[in-house]
Order: sequence, then C-alpha cells, then structure tokens
Amino acid sequence: MRNGPLLVTFFTGALLVAFFFIPHHSAQKMQSVMLDWANVVYAFALILGSITLWTVHQRKVTSRAPGWAFSVVTLSALAFMTGAGVLQGVEEGTLVNRFYNIANYHLVSTMFALLAFFIASAAFRAFRARNVEATLLLVTAIVMMIGRVSIGEYIWQGFPALTEWLLDVPNLAAKRAIAIGIGLGAVSTALKIILGIDRSYLGRS
Amino acid sequence: MARRPLAPRLLRLDRRVIFILVALATAIPLLFPVNLPISVSPRVRAAFDTVDKQPAGGYVLMSLDYEPDIAAELQPMSISMLRHCFRKGLKPVILTLYPAAPGLIERALNEAADAEGKKRNEDYVFLGYKSGSQSVILGLGESIRTMFPTDFWGTPLDSIPMMRGHNSYADFPLVINMAGSRIADYYIQIAATRYRRPLVLGATAVMTTDYYPYLSSGQILGLIGGMKGAAEYEVLNNLVGNGRRGMDAQSVVHVLIVILVIVGNLALLLTGGLRRRGGGA
Repeated sequence: MRNGPLLVTFFTGALLVAFFFIPHHSAQKMQSVMLDWANVVYAFALILGSITLWTVHQRKVTSRAPGWAFSVVTLSALAFMTGAGVLQGVEEGTLVNRFYNIANYHLVSTMFALLAFFIASAAFRAFRARNVEATLLLVTAIVMMIGRVSIGEYIWQGFPALTEWLLDVPNLAAKRAIAIGIGLGAVSTALKIILGIDRSYLGRS
Repeated sequence: MARRPLAPRLLRLDRRVIFILVALATAIPLLFPVNLPISVSPRVRAAFDTVDKQPAGGYVLMSLDYEPDIAAELQPMSISMLRHCFRKGLKPVILTLYPAAPGLIERALNEAADAEGKKRNEDYVFLGYKSGSQSVILGLGESIRTMFPTDFWGTPLDSIPMMRGHNSYADFPLVINMAGSRIADYYIQIAATRYRRPLVLGATAVMTTDYYPYLSSGQILGLIGGMKGAAEYEVLNNLVGNGRRGMDAQSVVHVLIVILVIVGNLALLLTGGLRRRGGGA
C-alpha cells in the first residue's frame, strides 16, 4: 500500500526536475498543468486552514478555556470578513476594504512596531561583551547600527565606507558559504524524498 | 540613608524607562524633522539606473509581496518605484502573492498615480492577489492570463488594451520584486535565472544582506534595502516621502540603542559582572 505514495512522489519529483531542463513547449505545457494542480492543492489548504482555525477556537469557546473571549473575537472576525468578502467582494469601498484600512492595517503595524521597544530593552540587558567573540559581534553591531543611518556620517565620515566593507567582504563571504551549504542540503533532502530514502512525510520515520 | 552606587542601579533599570526613551526618540524626530542628509549606496543607485534606462512605453512586471507589518519599510519603496516608472513613461503591471497586500497596493497605486496623473488600465494594471507563491511565479513564465484571468477589479485581462500582447516574463523587459519573505528567492530562481529576466529587488533591512551574493553574481541588477534604501531611492527620485521622513527617527533610535548597550556594558564592567559571568555571548 505504501508503494503508491512513493511512486507518485518519485514520478512527480523526477518530472518536475526534468521539466526544468527541457525547454520544449510540450514539457512546459505539462509543467503548466502540474502547476494548476498545485494551485488547486493550495486552495484546499486555505480551506483546510480556515476550518482548523474555526474548530480550534470553537472548542475553546464551548469549553470556556482561558482566553475564550479572544477566540470569540477571532471567530467573529473570520466569519464577518469571509462573509463580507464573498458577498461584496474586496474592492475599494467594500466592507472588507474599509475594515482592512481601519483596523487590520493599524493593528498589524502596531504589533510589529512594538518590537522596537522590546529590542531596545533586550539589547540593554543581553548584549554583553563577555568574551572575544561576543565583543567582536558587539563592536560590529554598533558600527553597522550607526553607519547605516544618516547620523553616522555626522559622527564620523568613515562610517559609511566601513559599513560597506563589512557588508561587501566578510558578510558576502559568509552568506555565499551559507547559501552553497543550504543549496547542497536542499538537493540532498529532495533526492532522499524523491528516491524514497526519507519516508517521514508518510507519517512514520 | 546611603544611596546605592550608580552602576548596580543602572543594571536594574526599569524597562519602562527604556520604552519611554524609545517612544520619545521615535516621536520627536517625526514631529520635528531635521532632514538628515542621506547618502546613496551603489546598490540603490544600480536599481534606480536599471529602471531609468528602460525606454518610455516599456512594460515592467512588479510583484509587491508584503503586508502591513513591514509596510513602513516597503511601502515608501513601492510608491517611489511606481512614481519613477510613471515619470519615465513605463507601464507597470502589478501583482501580489500576499493575501493582505492588495489594500496596501491600492493605497500605493492611488498615491503614485494621483501624483503623476496616471490612469488605471491605461498606464498601469493591478492584477490583485493569487495564492500559491512559487507556482504562480513559475506560471507567470507561461501565461499571466492563466494565473490572473481578471484584474483586481474583475475586468478580464483580454479587455484591457494595455495587456494586449503581454502574457509572460518574455514580454516584460524588467521584473521588480518588493518582498519581506523568501518570495524574493523564488523570483531570483525562476524569473531571473530560469527565464533570464533582469530583476530588481527591494527587501526589508534584515533580509538585505541575504541577497548580496545575487547582486555580485549579476542575478539581480539592483537592491533596495529597508527604510534606508527607500529613502535613498526617494533622494534619487527627488521626492520627499515616508522613507526620508522615517530616517530621522530611525537614526535617533539606533543611537539610543547603541548608548543603552554601551551603558549596560559599562555598568556590568564596573560591578565586576563581566569577569564573573565570562562565557557565552
């Protein structure tokens, strides 16, 4: 029974790899069809995600679990935005568009902006020059933070050049090494899955 | 009653004091801007020059993939880029792969189009949102109409005169992606590498360094990073937008954080904490 999924994985993976290197129109057309299938899967994943979100929060509300009132807000927002979007669309002037501009935009921005406060507090408490490596990191971070903003040039003319060197030489070398490592790792992982060596996606190791 | 020495008191500084300092460091420069000068980096200049070299009437495919959390960095970038395209007489075709992005893009388009006197479906087309990031980016190489049969407002692409004869990467001499996620990687892998389209990238400040190798390899032609990059693009475009306005506040907050880090380390040094705690970072 388990050979079925393994064969599907092998043929799909092998075909998609092959399509990448075959410029012929028929191969591209076939790939386009497979991409349509992927879009259908994505659409179902979206539905599945919404149902799961609804089920989890509904359970919290019915069992009066701690924080259940927040779940009521989540469920109401999910039902309202989905309903309004389906009935009215999402164009300018619709309910979805107005609520997005009035509430969603500002709530999400505020949540992210709060990070600045916590980063400042965490930097004060945790960023310590405890050894040579930590000191090196600390000094580099200070140079980058000052050198990458407008005020850096006022403090010292050499800051922008120093930050450019840090970005173009040590940073670039490290990033290249990491990118090559990730690339090789991704290829080996993909091969293990396509060839059926790694079967963890089937639910068992 | 004898007061405790300053260093231990500093180490126990209430975090609310830090929060107030950060709030003031952000609010004061925004309320009273000093317009600190902004120097332009070679990466942003390369992005600007790439757009600037496009002939008038040329098409540009723009994928604006971000949501309100990082809009402070990427929205000024998008507005400035759109205005640059409009000024050059280019025709941007815009899409997004993020579900909460269309509202932001509508704002950016309205602002840029109003400022430059451009009209929807004549000077630009907004395709809207499509789920399936990687597969959509791949699909754009085959058929835009398959991925986006209508524009954001439901108009079939075939009935938009501007879209006639434009159906895949091959019909766009330039691709621009503003992203706060790995979607930028897919554009590099697919649009730039596989379909060999010139690509200009805009990214958040924390992501920017990840894309330096692609810039030096020539896979991307220009890179705009964070609010600083947005401000630099505004300088090149001779605009004063939220990028330039935000840089004053960002400068002061960075200096404040550096001062806090130095004060924290000095306080720990004076109390002998650095020697006692020696070890990990």
